[in-house]
Amino acid sequence: MYKYIIRRILVFIPMLFALTIIVFGLSQLAPGDALTGKSLADPNVDPEVYEQQREALGLNDPIYVQYWRWISSAAQGDFGDSLIFNGRTVAQLIEDRIANTLYLGLFSLAITIIVAIPIGIYSARKPYSLLDYGATGFGFLGLAIPNFFFGLIAIYVLSINLGWFPSQGTLSTPGITGFEAFVDRIHHMVLPGITLGLAGTATYMRYMRSEVLDVLGSDYIRTARAKGMSDSNVLYKHTLRNALIPIITLMGFEIGVLLSGAVITEQVFQYPGLGTLFLSSVVNRDFPVVMAIAMILGVLILVGNLIADILYSIVDPRIRYD
Amino acid sequence: MQSNTESTLPTEPENLPETNAKKHKSPLQLAFQRFIKNKLAVISVFVLLLIIITCTAAPLFTDQDPVATDLFQIEKSPTDEHILGTNGQGQDNFARLLYGGRISLIVGFSAMFFTLAIGVLLGSIAGYYGGKVDSVIMRAADIMLMLPFLVLVLTIMAIIGEVTIGLFVTIIAITSWPNLTRIIRATYLSLREQEFVLGARAIGASDLRIILKHFIPNAIGPIIVNATLMMATYIIVESGLSFIGFGIPQPTPTWGNMISEAQNIRILRDHPEAWIPPGVAILVTVLAINFIGDGLRDAFDPKSNRR
Repeated sequence: MYKYIIRRILVFIPMLFALTIIVFGLSQLAPGDALTGKSLADPNVDPEVYEQQREALGLNDPIYVQYWRWISSAAQGDFGDSLIFNGRTVAQLIEDRIANTLYLGLFSLAITIIVAIPIGIYSARKPYSLLDYGATGFGFLGLAIPNFFFGLIAIYVLSINLGWFPSQGTLSTPGITGFEAFVDRIHHMVLPGITLGLAGTATYMRYMRSEVLDVLGSDYIRTARAKGMSDSNVLYKHTLRNALIPIITLMGFEIGVLLSGAVITEQVFQYPGLGTLFLSSVVNRDFPVVMAIAMILGVLILVGNLIADILYSIVDPRIRYD
Repeated sequence: MQSNTESTLPTEPENLPETNAKKHKSPLQLAFQRFIKNKLAVISVFVLLLIIITCTAAPLFTDQDPVATDLFQIEKSPTDEHILGTNGQGQDNFARLLYGGRISLIVGFSAMFFTLAIGVLLGSIAGYYGGKVDSVIMRAADIMLMLPFLVLVLTIMAIIGEVTIGLFVTIIAITSWPNLTRIIRATYLSLREQEFVLGARAIGASDLRIILKHFIPNAIGPIIVNATLMMATYIIVESGLSFIGFGIPQPTPTWGNMISEAQNIRILRDHPEAWIPPGVAILVTVLAINFIGDGLRDAFDPKSNRR
């Protein structure tokens, strides 16, 4: 197992390197550079001064020197300055937003787990029951409805017409702290959290159902039953332990899906997270911010996959790296 | 997978006696027979056909122009003339729903077709030849999958700037081939070891012939199923990107463009008839396609038999 984990971590390093190459390559394709939009691009400025400035910033250096400078400062959290928000660094902009997105992601993951796993188990234990059919129907709908459309309906019904939940933002009164702020935050996250977690909930429900059904049909469950083991022991000691293995792995991959989905969901609810920052930066062509967020999301996904693989090797000792 | 090894024998008689005809159904015919027994899938085919026909024959159902703006008729509630009212530019919502369906379906279909072409080509090369070519293609696929799909697409769109339908489809296809390529390669890897491939090679069949006559027909099940599900995904992707303003640009109507009007709180609150119908249209279309895809999966792979 340790051998597997070490090899898996060794594979992680070239992938991380490839990721930095892609992000840097994309940033080179992007029009404009650090001087575009600043006063130096002014037509009244002598082109020679402009050229000196480029030289001073190292924009005329060979590409690998630029790459090295970018990657070594990025590793220290320095992604340069925003082109749009004057005087603010990319790191500051991201710092303001990243916590909101992580809260939203975790909240929606929690909803997914709390809803999908028990219903999946129930569906598998009582297949073709009313609730099973209901869950299957919900699963189909959850995967077919565009999440922004679901979000709009949620705002229309639950926020505008019934007034139960706020439709945007993170806090209703600025400046509140402590427990009050915590409750207010959760209240604001309910609709975006459900919207973001909808597709995941539908997917995990179906996975859980088919995994539990698979395990319930296996020989060792029949043996356990034949020994006279109680139903709840069969379920908790044998079935769930085996059925949850693939689910745990999928959770690691879910990070990417959630972060990707956050771009659209945050836009629907005007939620101030990385997604809305990413989108406004794409619209304003604020490339340093775009690249920094792409880099952060890429790293989070790589780490998520790494954790998933390592967890998988721990919970299932049969897995070996060939 | 073994069921059609017979049909690949070179000495197969041309005309079979009537009594034997039953035994010689092709796998495609068998799959079709299983498919038409799936009620949900068959109903879905009719629903999808109905949607396609309605959108194609849009001029028969409405006299309104989907792109003509009428500044005296902005955000109007439904009337006899404008069945679903008008949008912020005074364009008729019902006409946009029908004409927009055309664009959404065409974008979904062509993106699927384009991805399929790339996926089958690269998957075939990687799975058939193996070795170095295989590792290069598969590493490229790994790299493409490192960034979230939406982030990659939006970054590319930010670099390119103005997007047209053709460009949009191209961007979708070149960012989403890896999954299909992986599936096709995996199917080929198991086919490569089978005797009938060895047999075909022994009688001197060329690589291209083996791929076209033996590999693709044997992998047709996963290919068709994934193509179907991909089309559903792309319709959602198009609407999502249009919603955040990175899809097919206005004034071209698409379902996603229509829903994006609801970002305006007035339309969201006061004119649900403007944004709910396109959303329901997407939902019904995607549901139908998904049911068809599931039906096809069961038809091509009876073993999968999901309880």
